[in-house]
Amino acid sequence: MNAQLQPTGSAYFIAKETEKPENHTLSVLVDNEPGVLARVIGLFSGRGYNIESLTVSETEHEKHLSRITIVTRGTPHVLEQIKHQLERIVPVHRVVDLTVRSHESGQERPLERELALVKVAGIGEARVEALRLADAFRASVIDANTEHFIFEITGKGSKIDQFIAIMKPLGLVEICRTGVAALNRGPQAM
Amino acid sequence: MSNGQNERREMTGAEMVVQALKDNGVQHVFGYPGGAVLPIYDEIFQQDEVEHILVRHEQGAGHAAEGYARSTGKAGVMLVTSGPGATNAVTPLQDALMDSIPLVCLTGQVPTSLIGSDAFQECDTVGITRPCTKHNWLVKDVNELAATIHEAFHVATTGRPGPVVVDIPKDVQFAKGFYVPPQIAPRTSYQPKVQGDLEKIKAAVELMAGAKKPIIYSGGGVINSGPEASHLLRELVDLTGFPITSTLMGLGAYPASGKNWMGMLGMHGTYEANMAMHDCDVMICIGARFDDRITGRLTAFSPNSKKIHIDIDPSSINKNVHTEVPIIGDVGRVLEDMVRLWRASAKADKKALYPWWEQIAKWRARDSLAYKMNNDVIMPQYAIERLYELTKGMDTYITTEVGQHQMWAAQHYRVEKPNRWMTSGGLGTMGYGLPAALGVQIAHPDALVIDIAGDASVQMTMQEMSAAVQHNAPIKIFILNNQYMGMVRQWQQLLHGNRLSHSYTEAMPDFVKLAEAYGGHGIRCEKPDELDDAIKEMISVRKPVLFDCRVATLANCFPMIPSGKAHNEMLLPDEATDEAVANAIDAKGRELV
Repeated sequence: MNAQLQPTGSAYFIAKETEKPENHTLSVLVDNEPGVLARVIGLFSGRGYNIESLTVSETEHEKHLSRITIVTRGTPHVLEQIKHQLERIVPVHRVVDLTVRSHESGQERPLERELALVKVAGIGEARVEALRLADAFRASVIDANTEHFIFEITGKGSKIDQFIAIMKPLGLVEICRTGVAALNRGPQAM
Repeated sequence: MSNGQNERREMTGAEMVVQALKDNGVQHVFGYPGGAVLPIYDEIFQQDEVEHILVRHEQGAGHAAEGYARSTGKAGVMLVTSGPGATNAVTPLQDALMDSIPLVCLTGQVPTSLIGSDAFQECDTVGITRPCTKHNWLVKDVNELAATIHEAFHVATTGRPGPVVVDIPKDVQFAKGFYVPPQIAPRTSYQPKVQGDLEKIKAAVELMAGAKKPIIYSGGGVINSGPEASHLLRELVDLTGFPITSTLMGLGAYPASGKNWMGMLGMHGTYEANMAMHDCDVMICIGARFDDRITGRLTAFSPNSKKIHIDIDPSSINKNVHTEVPIIGDVGRVLEDMVRLWRASAKADKKALYPWWEQIAKWRARDSLAYKMNNDVIMPQYAIERLYELTKGMDTYITTEVGQHQMWAAQHYRVEKPNRWMTSGGLGTMGYGLPAALGVQIAHPDALVIDIAGDASVQMTMQEMSAAVQHNAPIKIFILNNQYMGMVRQWQQLLHGNRLSHSYTEAMPDFVKLAEAYGGHGIRCEKPDELDDAIKEMISVRKPVLFDCRVATLANCFPMIPSGKAHNEMLLPDEATDEAVANAIDAKGRELV
């Protein structure tokens, strides 16, 4: 969190940040209408909040509802503000802080998964090694010729980070990541 | 208003706009025509239920609609063309957003087929206005137009009120489709919570009953909630015997003549109000938002109090100041419960508050709004006092611009009723007051509408004098003319070593001649002993008036909480020597606004 935003909005003394910033994952249910994503993103940029990751897709086609998953970073006080500010947006139906919700039910964090496509080019020993490691990470080969692979890997962000780091010396060319998709454990909806 | 014959009637988009305005009870629209709204103007021409007020600049239309809304409690409506029409509307939209004013802005847009082609007078209106509206829409299908306009009125006027924009491409205005009358069913995602949590209200009443040094701090939310909320606020103050102060936006909710009234609080608030805020043990914030102009240094803000915060917007709770008892709901509804619960328990003994009132009396005796009278030069405070004395019995509405005169007006013009005080609080828009006065006068044709103005602010929207003359709106523009941007200069004296960079207006227009040029009436007054007669003349003229009140050029606005200071570190007028002013703010405070 940008230290200058504490206390929010006020231009009087800039107080030292005493709370520690945390990463939280928010689920936001919105009407899938033009401009709704711009409203959400505009809120974050306009008020100086961080977006670490953002994923959006229509999840309930018949009701035209989209679910936006945002990983953001801020102090507890700022995270509460983010939630309330999101709730003010007219086409926003619900906002749930999945991280807070998972803490309430005794979990450390919500279930979070990310998908990445990783292109690795190379020949000889490096190529063999890349394939062997991909197998260890349960990444699957979705495209290949004699000089490259494209791996598809799914998992927690940290696992993907690790996979990418390992692929770097083996001829990593480019990466595409989806951003985090998240749900809470248990039978209830958000 | 809606009747059966409108049921799915086929009409053009432009007809729908006018029909939707009628069905939403709109009588006046402030606007300016242009290419992309010509079909709507053509419809307006062919009817006389909705009256169009032609302004001279779209910003004027917006502020006029704001004044209209603030003084009536209804939505203000503006109609502008695409491109520059829409961009000129941005300032009043943001102004209305920050002060929670219901404003419906209809904008024309280039035909849908041209959107994105950099067409003549095209701009991304919904993109530009997204952050300065509560919500906005681009209507691409004529069959959605009527429902969208109804929804726009609903969103603007319910919950925390605010501005909305409906952007209507020209081909949609020409297209034929089916009109639907206002739908009652609100959309599922937009359901503002209006009823407060009863348990929280009980907790609040308990806390209040045990308070030894309570204070009520009310704001614009009370006015927005409607006249009943102001009535209930007065009742609560009477029942509890608590002292009450108010923000700039909330003036009039509790009468300035009321015995528990402490005056406005905040940066230029009274000594007693700010000291009581600092020393209180229970603070009841009603429809206000702990703005930085109110709190001063946050770390030193009312350090020993428990805070109750009533607000309809959950994001206002704990935004700047931590609250022990947050109550989310409409001020009127919550106060109704609060008054009822207080009556039912009614255990509080007003005598317990005597020591607190004694302390307040000591602060009051400091007479923080005092100023040195001068027999040769009109003191700005004196001008406002005389204006108040000569207009107080009348059906008066006050608007202001932004700056020193605004603060003096807030300090010295005693507002008695809600919806009588129109000012730009959050955004601080110079140029708000004159067009706002026009809007108020259109809503209240027989009332006395006065814009207390500064010579710099008033020149920002002076052109609306022409609109006032055209529409026979006899607004009175009472200019405290000190030839400076007074508040800018005051800050330069405080913060920038008295280097008065560009805050002096060397070429001031002759306001009397200017008034006459517009077809209005001009008055100039330079001597204190001529002031009363001049004000009486202003009141009696049934024409727009520019009153050039020449006041002491170097007077500054006190008391003041300097930047970075706490409520109990006010700079009082009798202490504000040149040296004290120069040293009031340390290096760290200088970086702030």
